[in-house]
Amino acid sequence: MPLRHPWRLSAAGILIVALGGTIWSIAKNPNVEWSIVAHYFFSDLVVNGVLVTLYLTFIAMAIGIVGAVAIAVMRLSENPVLSSIAKFYIWFFRGTPVLIQIIFWGYIGALYPQVKLGIPFTHVTFWSTGSSAIITPMLAAILSLGLNEIAYSGEIIRGGISGVAKGQVEAAHSLGLTPTQTTRKIVLPQAMRIVVPPMGNEVLTMLKETALVSVIAGRDLMTAVQQIYSQNYQVIPLLVVAGIWYLILTSLLSYPQRLLERRYGRSRVSAMGSSGSRRLLLGFTGSKKAALSHD
Amino acid sequence: MIDVGTRPNVIAKNVHKHFGHVEVLKGIDFTVNRGDVVCLLGPSGSGKSTLLRCINHLETITEGSIEVGGEFVGYQRQGTSLSELHPRRVAKQRANIGMVFQQFNLFPHLTVMENLTIAPTMVRDMSAKESVESGNALLERMGLSTKAQEYPGQLSGGQQQRVAIARALMMKPTLMLFDEPTSALDPELVGEVLTAMKELALEGMTMIVVTHEIQFAREVADTVIFMDDGVIVERGEPKSVLGNPKEVRTQAFLSRVRVQMEKEQQSE
Ligand SMILES: Nc1ncnc2c1ncn2[C@@H]1O[C@H](COP(=O)(O)OP(=O)(O)OP(=O)(O)O)[C@@H](O)[C@H]1O
Ligand SMILES: [Mg+2]
Repeated sequence: MPLRHPWRLSAAGILIVALGGTIWSIAKNPNVEWSIVAHYFFSDLVVNGVLVTLYLTFIAMAIGIVGAVAIAVMRLSENPVLSSIAKFYIWFFRGTPVLIQIIFWGYIGALYPQVKLGIPFTHVTFWSTGSSAIITPMLAAILSLGLNEIAYSGEIIRGGISGVAKGQVEAAHSLGLTPTQTTRKIVLPQAMRIVVPPMGNEVLTMLKETALVSVIAGRDLMTAVQQIYSQNYQVIPLLVVAGIWYLILTSLLSYPQRLLERRYGRSRVSAMGSSGSRRLLLGFTGSKKAALSHD
Repeated sequence: MIDVGTRPNVIAKNVHKHFGHVEVLKGIDFTVNRGDVVCLLGPSGSGKSTLLRCINHLETITEGSIEVGGEFVGYQRQGTSLSELHPRRVAKQRANIGMVFQQFNLFPHLTVMENLTIAPTMVRDMSAKESVESGNALLERMGLSTKAQEYPGQLSGGQQQRVAIARALMMKPTLMLFDEPTSALDPELVGEVLTAMKELALEGMTMIVVTHEIQFAREVADTVIFMDDGVIVERGEPKSVLGNPKEVRTQAFLSRVRVQMEKEQQSE
């Protein structure tokens, strides 16, 4: 029996050899110093950094998603003021590098040295304090990543909402559901299955994006390894430490994503209702016709 | 002020509708008595769907008024003028007006039973148990008792449309609107939906039906209204409008439909 895919097989062979060679050369590269990698891999500073990175990812995504639903609903609102505000927000936060936003929040003290609680446009002040006491690097990191995420997730959710057929809303309205009930029970659940796959990617992107907060000393994984290698100059081994951790975390996080996709995948089958059933219906028609002509 | 006898359920007065600068409805007047079936006929683009959608305020009207069950739909009288009602009040009115769409518009993420129970439980505060009971009763009546736990995508078009009718009936509406309920169906499946509608008519439901099914209109309608270009051209009993149309436009439309039907029968 001749080989069915000789080219595919040999290409795969070449790639395996190349990949193996690369891994081998890194593994055996004296500059990587695996003993140092092993030494720092579970060190307190690194492990703490991993936890902070996870924490930042979850908080920023939580802010991002909650805000995104609001921004998306505003963006699609018939109220021109609301939709303009949403449009401006998205334009602004997607139009500037997140790195600038992070640094901006980190140095907000330079813009507003004092935070005051008082009556606007008067000199009456009940309470005031330095901004840096409130906007810690951690809060700056959360704010910058979260507010930025609102803009990106907002566009994803808007896509999901507009992807729901107009007839769905009309059917819900015709049954007497209020606009709010319609959004909650009919539109958002259907938008979910459009939204889940790209949102999963957002989570992974966010996880890696948290590395940027090292520029304001956010105490995340990246900050931790930078802090270590700035003292011992073992840049490569520590980057390997961080890299492996990021790989582990992204692999772990893609598991719930797959679960969610499967969960909403089921209703996706039935969502194809109109077209899917159309096909089913034609099949049915055909067989019925055949049965009729038999008589 | 209780007056006995036939009280009109739907009163449309001088209804105008514009989309931007285009006038789609140009002064429509009609009444539908309680328990009557009105069939709305007319060529594509004549404004049948738009008129139907104005009746439950899916479209706002630009002039005139529509009353259902003695209330202005979507508006309230304020002095001499009408002002638009709050969306929640409009929703309450719509709950009493059932609507069946050409594309079924079942909720694909909900089972058949959930499609039926969602509105009564959310809008009428019916208990889950009670709503499932009346859901089962309606499915039984539609011959779909075995389908309660299936998703709409698993049903044939005819079954989906009967579920859609059941879903609307769950709200115990006083008026049912049908927008070409059989146009998206294969010929073999049209009959089962028309039968369900006929039964509903016999039970005394007030119905407004946009349809191209002349035979259905002949058998079931109390009144046939023929529309063209945003106006009512001709109206009356089915046997006069369909059997002996006076207006040229009605005659032309009916002969077109007839030719179409013959073609379809030949191709079968
Ligand atoms: N949302 C809309 N915006 C602008 N024009 C519209 C809109 N909906 C309907 N129209 C226009 O209004 C006119 C009447 O449309 P309508 O859907 O009421 O016709 P119809 O009689 O139901 O036709 P059909 O038999 O094809 O369903 C058409 O010219 C259509 O293009
Ligand atoms: Mg239409």
